[in-house]
Amino acid sequence: MKPATAGILGVAAAALAMEGVVRAGWVSPLVVAPPSALPEAFRRMWDEGFILHPALITLAQAFAATGAAAAIGIPWGYVLWRRPVLGEAYTPWIGAAFAAPTVLLFPLFLVLFGRGYATTIFVGFIAAAIPIVLKTREAFVAVPKVLLDVGRSFNLGEGGLVRRVAFPAAVPGIFTGLRLGLIYALVNIIGMEFLIDFGGLGRIASEMYFRFEIPGMYVAILLIVLVSWIFLAALTRLETWLRPR
Amino acid sequence: MAASQIRLLTLVAILAAWELVARSGLLYQEVVPSLLKIAAAFVRMLFEKDTWRHFGVTAWEVGAGLAAGYLLGLAFGLAAGTRRFFGAAVAPYVDGVATAPKIVFLPIVMLLVGTGIGSKLALGALSAFFPVAINTAASVRQVDPVLVRVGRSFRLSRWQMATRIYVPALRPSLVTSLRLGFGLAVVGVLLAEIKLSNAGLGFLANEHYSNFRVADLYAVLVLIFVVAVGLNSLMSRFAERRNQRICS
Repeated sequence: MKPATAGILGVAAAALAMEGVVRAGWVSPLVVAPPSALPEAFRRMWDEGFILHPALITLAQAFAATGAAAAIGIPWGYVLWRRPVLGEAYTPWIGAAFAAPTVLLFPLFLVLFGRGYATTIFVGFIAAAIPIVLKTREAFVAVPKVLLDVGRSFNLGEGGLVRRVAFPAAVPGIFTGLRLGLIYALVNIIGMEFLIDFGGLGRIASEMYFRFEIPGMYVAILLIVLVSWIFLAALTRLETWLRPR
Repeated sequence: MAASQIRLLTLVAILAAWELVARSGLLYQEVVPSLLKIAAAFVRMLFEKDTWRHFGVTAWEVGAGLAAGYLLGLAFGLAAGTRRFFGAAVAPYVDGVATAPKIVFLPIVMLLVGTGIGSKLALGALSAFFPVAINTAASVRQVDPVLVRVGRSFRLSRWQMATRIYVPALRPSLVTSLRLGFGLAVVGVLLAEIKLSNAGLGFLANEHYSNFRVADLYAVLVLIFVVAVGLNSLMSRFAERRNQRICS
């Protein structure tokens, strides 16, 4: 048997076990939704607009946050490489911010921007910008010196050297930053939506809980896991495909 | 100009810009309070008994959650790393759940263990579990096969293999896992407290926010950040020293 088949069988066995303990009355269906109730809950939520529209809202915010982070983060990462003293000064700070729980600052953003898309997107922006800046700088730093020397030997000016040599060589590294940024933005935005009951998929999970629609709540949480997973897998594949071999 | 001077200048510029905005009246003053107001709120908060009660609740939730998540993650990581088939079968599901924001599991956790301290502790454990499990499984696969063969040739039991071969070989990774788990447990617990609780620093921040005591809110955020970042960097240094000692 292949590991993937064993994994699917394991998940099916766990679902059957959950169904069994709920039906036997050992666990209340108000605590654990029986898996058999999930398709009906999904259909109802789909009809009521609780699936597609919120998913699109969340994805749109993630792309907006990452787009803004890329627009600021890539030039910033470039400057940190171009001016080594600035790189030396700010990279430790940005590295520390990467490890710091910046999402906990969200009450501050709520105060500044109010409970709306500005807050969720800004939280996503912060989460995305940090890896984009760091990876962009790393990508430029990693450009082989020999490539730059070849460019200089062809009498390329500083601008041409960056445009024709350094930037193309740094693109794979910059894409790694964009991939990380997009994933961090998505995860943080969903978390934020859940916390402030606003926006897309995260709001649905919270709303279903407070409405005590337990199967709906499980559907929303499973959907969040699925979207995060597909997103990560798709971006990783795309990055592998784009990387020069 | 040296890097340290640039950092100092930047810090001064940020603080000056904040103070300028606070005093300019461009924004509603309560939204961007003066640094002096925030500092006063911070000092006042440090002398309030209630702050330390909330701090104690959060510390307990993070500590116990981290301990539970760490031990479970370690056991799971050892199993997934040593048994290739099991590791390959569960990897997509572990990766899938690990990518999702853990805070969205709070409703399930609250249904299972209630809305009290237990749910925050459980969310801390859940947040810590995944980085520990993934990091341990990956590290186990990199353990020198000679060590594993030596253990097998001595016919060590599974428990002995885990405690005599794998855990000593994984020491650097165990400290790294602890640091990763700690960072995520702090975030998980505090976000859960902010969402629904009646004690803890997250609850305190939410209380100040709800009552529009913005300077107090900033003071709590400063405390949370100082403690979280401070402990994280202490753990990093500890991990580096341990690793240097192990490698030398």
